[in-house]
Parts: sequence; C-alpha cells; structure tokens
Amino acid sequence: MAASSLYAGRRRRNIIAMSLSLAATAFGLGWLVLILGVLLWEGFSGLSLQVFTQDTPPPGSAGGLLNPIIGSLMLTGLAVIIGTPIGILAGTYMAEYGRYDRLTSVVRFINDILLSAPSIVVGLFIYEVMVYPMGHFSGYAGSVALAVIVMPVVVRTTEDMLILVPNQLREAAAAIGLPRAFIIGRVCYRAAKAGMITGVLLAVARISGETAPLLFTALNNQFRSWNLDAPMASLPVVIFQFALSPYKDWQKLAWTGALIITFTVLALSIAARALSSRK
Amino acid sequence: MVDVALQSEAAVLSAAASRAKALDRLRLGDRIFRLLTRAAALAVLAILGGVMVSLFIGSVPALREFGFSFLIEQRWNPVTEKFGALAPIYGTLVTSFIAMLIAVPVGLMIAMFLTELCPMWLRRPIGIAIELLAGVPSIIYGIWGLFVFAPFLQETLQPFLISTLGNVPIVSPLFEGPPYGIGVLTASLILAIMVLPFITSISRDVFEAVPPVLKEAAYGVGCTTWEVVRYVVLPYTRVGVIGGVMLGLGRALGETMAVTFVIGNAHKVSASILAPGTTISATIANEFTEAVGALYTSSLIALGLILFFITFVVLAIARYMLLRIERRIG
Repeated sequence: MAASSLYAGRRRRNIIAMSLSLAATAFGLGWLVLILGVLLWEGFSGLSLQVFTQDTPPPGSAGGLLNPIIGSLMLTGLAVIIGTPIGILAGTYMAEYGRYDRLTSVVRFINDILLSAPSIVVGLFIYEVMVYPMGHFSGYAGSVALAVIVMPVVVRTTEDMLILVPNQLREAAAAIGLPRAFIIGRVCYRAAKAGMITGVLLAVARISGETAPLLFTALNNQFRSWNLDAPMASLPVVIFQFALSPYKDWQKLAWTGALIITFTVLALSIAARALSSRK
Repeated sequence: MVDVALQSEAAVLSAAASRAKALDRLRLGDRIFRLLTRAAALAVLAILGGVMVSLFIGSVPALREFGFSFLIEQRWNPVTEKFGALAPIYGTLVTSFIAMLIAVPVGLMIAMFLTELCPMWLRRPIGIAIELLAGVPSIIYGIWGLFVFAPFLQETLQPFLISTLGNVPIVSPLFEGPPYGIGVLTASLILAIMVLPFITSISRDVFEAVPPVLKEAAYGVGCTTWEVVRYVVLPYTRVGVIGGVMLGLGRALGETMAVTFVIGNAHKVSASILAPGTTISATIANEFTEAVGALYTSSLIALGLILFFITFVVLAIARYMLLRIERRIG
C-alpha cells in the first residue's frame, strides 16, 4: 500500500513537471508567433513601393524610408569591410599560430566578453574616441561602432571553423613545401569557407538591427545623404524616433521599417544556418 | 665539354640563388602574415582596453565633482547640474532580477522539454524557432512592447495585480499606484521574453552534453523523467546552467532599446514595480544627444562606466563557469 502510493506520488510529480515543461515551450513559442504576427499585421498594411522610393516625410505627409535604407546599407557595408578582416586575422592567429598560447586564451576570454557587452557602451566608446575629437556626428563613426560589434562575432566563428580543419590537410600541404601563410590561405581558409561566411552573415544579422551604438555616432538625418562624413540616417534609429513620436503616419512607417529589419535579420540567419548545415 | 660543364654549373648556381631568393620572399611574406594576425588578435584586447580607458577618462569630471555620492544619490537634475546614479542602477538591477525570475525557470523547462520529452522530428524545428526568437533585434521588442504589450498590461494584468496582490499586507507596496502600462514591470517582462532564448539554447546544449550512460542508468533503476532531470541532469550540468543564466543576465543588464521604449524614463526609486522608472542604458539612450554641458555628458558616461563594470563582472563569471563545464565534458 505504502509502496504503491509512493509510486503514485512520483508519477504525479512527473506528470506535473512534464506538463509544466510543455506549457513553458508553448509559452516561449507563443511569443514568437505573437510578435511576428503583430509585426506582419501592422507592417504589411503600410508596405508599398513608396516605402522604397521616397525619403522620410515631415509629420503629416506621405513618404517612405529610402534614406534610412540607404544609410543602413552603407553603414552596415562599411562596418563589415572594417570589422571582417580584423576578425578573420585575429581568429586565424588564435587557431593557427597560437593555438596553445597564453595570448590566445586571454583573447578568447576578452572576445567572448565583447561578444555580449552592452552595445550602448560601444556607442559611448566611439563617441569618446571619434565623434568628440572630430567635432561632429558622422557615418564613419557609426560604421566603426558597428565594426566593433562585427569583429567579435567573426573572430569567434573563424577560430571555431579553423580548429575543425583536420591537421592532416595542414601536414600534407607542409610536406610539399608550402610556407605557413600559404597553408592557411590556400588550404585552411578554403576548407573553412562556409563556416567563415556564416560568421559574417551572422554578424550582419546582428548589426542590422543595432540601434544603441548608432544613436550618438551616426545620429540621424532627415534628408538623403551619401556623405559618410556627415550624420546619417539608419533604419533602427528612424524606427526609434518615429515610434516614439505622436504622429500616426510616422508610427506606421516605424512598423513598416521594423518589418523590413526583422525579415532581413531572419533571412540572414536562415541563410547562415543553411550554409553551415550543408557540409 | 669543359665549357658546357662550367655553364651548367653556373646555371645551377643561379638557379640555387633565385630559389634562395624566392624562399626568402616566401619566408618574409610568412612572417608578415603572422605579425598581421598577431596584431589583429592584440587589437581585440586593445578595443576592450580602449573602452575601459575612454569611459574612465570621460567620467572623471563627474566622479571628481560628486565622488562616491554619485552612486548613492537619487537626484538627477540637469538644470542645477546635480547628478546621482541611484535610480538608474536600481532600475537596471530590479528589471534584470524580475526578468531572470521569470526567464530562468521557463527556459530550463523548455530545455528539459527539448532534450527529454520532445519527439525527435520536432526537436530541430522548435530549437530553430527559439534561436530565431534570439535573433529578433531588440528594437522590435521595444516597438512591440510600446504599442501592443504595454496597453495590454494596462488593461488586464496590472489592474488585476492591483486589485489582488495590492491588498495583501506585505507585498502591497510593490503594486501601488495606477496602472500606467509602461513601467518597471513591463520592462522586466519584455526583458524576460528577450533573454528566454539565450537561457534555453545554452541549457539545451549543456543538457545534451550529459553522457547518455548516466541517464540510461537512472532510467534503468526506475527513475521517472522528472527524477532523471532533477537528480542526474541538473547536478551534472549545474555549472553550465549557471553560466548560461549569467550570460542571459549580462544581456538583460545591458539591454537598451527594448527597455527604453517601455520603462517610462523617470529618475525615481519607487517601491512599486508598476511605476515608471529608468535603467542605466535607457537613461543614456534617451538623454545623451540632448545633454548640454560637460558635467551632464560626463555623468552619463560615468553611468556607462558603471554599466560596463557590472556587465563585465557578470559576463566574466558566466564565461568562467561555461569554460569549467566545457573542460569537464571535454
């Protein structure tokens, strides 16, 4: 009797725990559905060709998001151009030259911290070292701020991917007399290419929604501007400004911008996933 | 004959010389490449060092003016230029604490579902969905929180909390005041949704790393699934789970946009979690571009320094914990 009630109690506890875990999963996925659902609902109703062909309007009139889209593309592009080479080189050092170095373990630790450091602090840092000395906000400062966020992501994936390259490949290349730099460039990079591109895609996904580091580096611009040496609009910052404004049509544009960003980010991360799972 | 021999010898010599030259060039290229990679690795360190130094230099005027009282004063008055960081620090810690209170149990439960209960064919899709949730930019959470979630809370959860828990003696101060919609509670809930995927995916990874033999042995002596998780999986992965939780906490502490939209930006420490408040990152995001005067700017940078210090410690602990479990699992 006692044994069977003990067993019943254990089973009951098990059932309760399992239902809770099921409920928790439904809860977690529910948010994804809810957020994406609202985003689609609000964003699609404002989506039209106009959004991609006209600049941000003054309150009360119609317009699009062309100048922040241009700004975002330029800022992101430059950030990738700055951040990726440094990240790949640093990752190369960690995986190829100094795999068992003390320096490598220190850099790995610091890099992991940079990877999740608050992005607003990066904005403050770039404000201190670029915006303040230059005397004005600029697209360059925004790009460098984003590059500081790109770099740790690329360092991490490059190192991880190069470590996965089998040593036999390196040994075979060394045996036919290739110098180290060629082994890395012609053999290891090729073997790890898919993974390294994944890293860059993930980094782009990460920065295309970043707002905080741009607020006081690239600032914002009401007008279309190709000049990286001047303040520059970007989608996230415009969303921030428009969403908090009291004007209905600005809020509408903010939702549409949010939709564009979210789908860019989701497409990039799905592409990255597809690339890395294809071996 | 002799001539030919001499000629070929010369050819060999010059070939050897050009080979040596080519090898030298390769060796030089090799050395330069190695130096470049090393410089890039050092650049990672330099950036972290640069962040610390520049924030410190930027906050010197504020720290000199206010000293230690900067940390414990609540006033924040741009007109009289008197600044204290207590309200943002308090808001940062409270919102993150409430967020973790919700996200940790839910995240662990989802991880348990994914590793023990979920049918194989469903594991990957759900895992990917959770990771997509982690990739949604924080500004999306912010705009969603402002337009959808805050009004919803204002009409449903908050009046409910006020009318029920608001009358319970000890906890009633927590639920005082009108339902604003925006405020500490709303920010905490949004943060919870944001860090949930991080905690889930790390705990799932460490749960999966438990050697099957251990779990099979526990099932073999008749444990229920819950008992296997509670007495085998959790103790084995404790360090890793704590690491994942700390990583999520680091995110929550530094999160800017999602919070800025819904916290209300009030420089006030109030007992009620329904009241508007502020966090370090929200204060900086809201006020930095509008800050006039060196002291105001410097005070905001000092806030950034405090935030960086807090998150650095939390993230360092997280990485240390995760490193320990990585070594154990091997």
